[in-house]
Amino acid sequence: MSQDSIPTERGDREITTGFPEAGEPRFESIDAVRTGLAGVDYLADDGISGVVYLADRLAKPVLVEGPAGTGKTELAKSVARLTGSRLIRLQCYEGLDESKALYEWNYKKQLLRIQADSGQSWQQLEDDIFSEEFLLTRPLLEAIKSTEPVVLLIDEVDRVELETEALLLEILSEYQVSIPELGTVRANQIPLVFLTSNNTRELSEALKRRCLYLHIDYPQMERERAIIETRVPGISQALADQIARIVRSIRSLDLKKAPSVSETLDWARTLVVLGVESIDAEQAKDTLNILLKYRSDIDRAAKELAGLDTSG
Amino acid sequence: MLDLLTGFVAELRAAGIPVSLTEHLDAAETLKHVPLEDREAIKYTLGASLVKSSTHWPAYETAFEIYFSMRGPAYRIDGEDADGEGPESEDEGSAQPGQGGRQGKGRGGGGGEGMTPEELADMLFKALLSANPAMVQAVARQAVDRYAGMEAGRPVGGTYYLYRTLRNLDLDKVMDRLVDQARRSASSHIEEGTQEPTPPDVALTGLEERLLRDEYQSRIDQLRKEIEAEIRRRLVADRGSEALAKSIRKPLPEDIDVMHATRDELVALRKSLAPLSRKLAVRLARKRRHGRKGPLDFRSTMRHALSTGGVPMDPKFRYPRPSKPEIIVIADISGSVASFARFTLHLVHAISSQFSKVRSFVFIDGIDEVTRFFEGVDDPAEAVHRINTEADVVWVDGHSDYGHALTVFWERWGEEITPKTSILLLGDARNNYHSTGAWVVKEMKARARHVYWLNPEPRAYWDSGDSVVGEYANYCDEVVECRTLRQLERFVGELA
Repeated sequence: MSQDSIPTERGDREITTGFPEAGEPRFESIDAVRTGLAGVDYLADDGISGVVYLADRLAKPVLVEGPAGTGKTELAKSVARLTGSRLIRLQCYEGLDESKALYEWNYKKQLLRIQADSGQSWQQLEDDIFSEEFLLTRPLLEAIKSTEPVVLLIDEVDRVELETEALLLEILSEYQVSIPELGTVRANQIPLVFLTSNNTRELSEALKRRCLYLHIDYPQMERERAIIETRVPGISQALADQIARIVRSIRSLDLKKAPSVSETLDWARTLVVLGVESIDAEQAKDTLNILLKYRSDIDRAAKELAGLDTSG
Repeated sequence: MLDLLTGFVAELRAAGIPVSLTEHLDAAETLKHVPLEDREAIKYTLGASLVKSSTHWPAYETAFEIYFSMRGPAYRIDGEDADGEGPESEDEGSAQPGQGGRQGKGRGGGGGEGMTPEELADMLFKALLSANPAMVQAVARQAVDRYAGMEAGRPVGGTYYLYRTLRNLDLDKVMDRLVDQARRSASSHIEEGTQEPTPPDVALTGLEERLLRDEYQSRIDQLRKEIEAEIRRRLVADRGSEALAKSIRKPLPEDIDVMHATRDELVALRKSLAPLSRKLAVRLARKRRHGRKGPLDFRSTMRHALSTGGVPMDPKFRYPRPSKPEIIVIADISGSVASFARFTLHLVHAISSQFSKVRSFVFIDGIDEVTRFFEGVDDPAEAVHRINTEADVVWVDGHSDYGHALTVFWERWGEEITPKTSILLLGDARNNYHSTGAWVVKEMKARARHVYWLNPEPRAYWDSGDSVVGEYANYCDEVVECRTLRQLERFVGELA
């Protein structure tokens, strides 16, 4: 197991095809971001477009937090579509480690290489098997090595352990990856990085400090209506308006889990499929289970919507 | 601009938001890229680098409004006199030096040349009905002019003026009027075919009325925000941003003093409690799982070695499973400390999976076990609510009597304390000069693993007046000051 001893003296060798340039700014102005995103069916508000614009200008990653189903992942996808970049996605989970996130040596191939040719000197062989040829790139390294523009999405970063977060720090602040046997791999271009978090735990200060922070909340009613109109084909304006209002009312109730934007969209699609023109209390009650996922929430909302206590 | 930013960052830090030096630098960098005249953009982009937690956002927003208020387009509207209805517009445009003078003239002057209350109410009604933002803003300005009675240099926070203004506007009544109007226009809709915000229907159904109500509610909230902003703008002009920021600084939810929280603050607290307990549970579970490694597990190691031809490449360890503590919570739920007890019970039960058993007792002068309320309930908040209404805790007069409560506890449940039990006593130990019953705590200490006392009062007040916490402290492992959620979270985290 020779790779246990880290050859430190070679650690500073840089293999890179070029220094990461600041690059052409991707966006002209904040408004350009907003209209661009609207062009790919993502309706951004002031906060979202401002932060995306800034992420590009400052070359900093964006940490996106917010309730589930408010379009955090969708934002990264839409930005990728807008800029015509490749989306590289790293789904985080508990137990994620270096070999899954960054890189791994291809042991089998290395073994084959050693067996295929035993006539070489030890030094030559070592140099050989720790070269890029035997490196398996994982999402993070891949995003850095890519020569074409890339949007890197690190999804649900709050699922990894606190210690694993440290893996991300180097790539987030310097856009480089240090491989002990090989040297430092620098980015060819600076990718736009989005980290999403559902806020199940507090992320470390070190990580937060390196990122711009964006909190995406449930949208205002007007925006939600616009979202419904763009995302649900064939919906009438009146129905979209009504849906947005009902959802707002439901969110104002004290529920275990407020309906998310994606659930709202599902509901809107359902109503369109059912051929509903305008919702009455009965229909709302029958289809509430698409919007809400807890029995007690459904009962509660149904009762409120039926107007039993409008006097209050 | 840089000076302003530095002052702003200092204010954020003073409000409790941790802003590091790099974040400050980022913010400065931000200003280079964002057009300065776009106030909203500046707000969000600065926020992106300065604020790293959604719970801190309200505090940030308040500070931002104060520091960057005069530069916003909202302020310029004052000068331009958007609707031609504000007779005071010249005064306001040239900032507030004129305000002192106007106030000098007294209410007669200010109100007289403005509109009568009826006109104002009417305009308010119309503004809310049409939801025209410029009109809402104008109404807000008028209302503040008319009702707030602001005095230059008076060192009160904005809430006082806000209260005065809102009281005079009587928004509840306006709400009823709006709904009435909607009802009427809905029933007359068929004949006239008037413009109506709701989908046309013969009469308003329950659902529609509900939706309308929410719609108006949101407009009213909008108005309230406008009024608040208006008051803030005037205060800034009067007293300067730094002085004002200090007086209306909002504490972060985790720093709110539970005992003295206002109603709004309690709502904020309740909201932040759920994510807090979830985070705590996740952290504790993780701590348990990833604790220190145990001894080598020989069997498992050999079994895994089979896949590498019998060579043990990957040693396996036996992970220790530390026993979970058993918790007994005994909480005072008399008026003075009720909200604190509620939060603690909520938190402890929310992470009850981290304990082998949780039993809760509440008392005022009588004591009752309330564990049953938490059984089979998903949401601790619901159980806590039931405690308040159903627990049988009054013995004589409903004033705290620690001595009696503790004695009864000892007689009825004392036997069940085991060396694995940790006992949490919650209360301010304000005993109304009854006997303390401190011997019970002493006995508890002898039998239980730990006895902790959580006191929601600031340490400086302990043992003053009828507080006898000192007597109990002799027998407790520790008496902890627990005034905010942050302190509570830390304590519970260490307990598990």
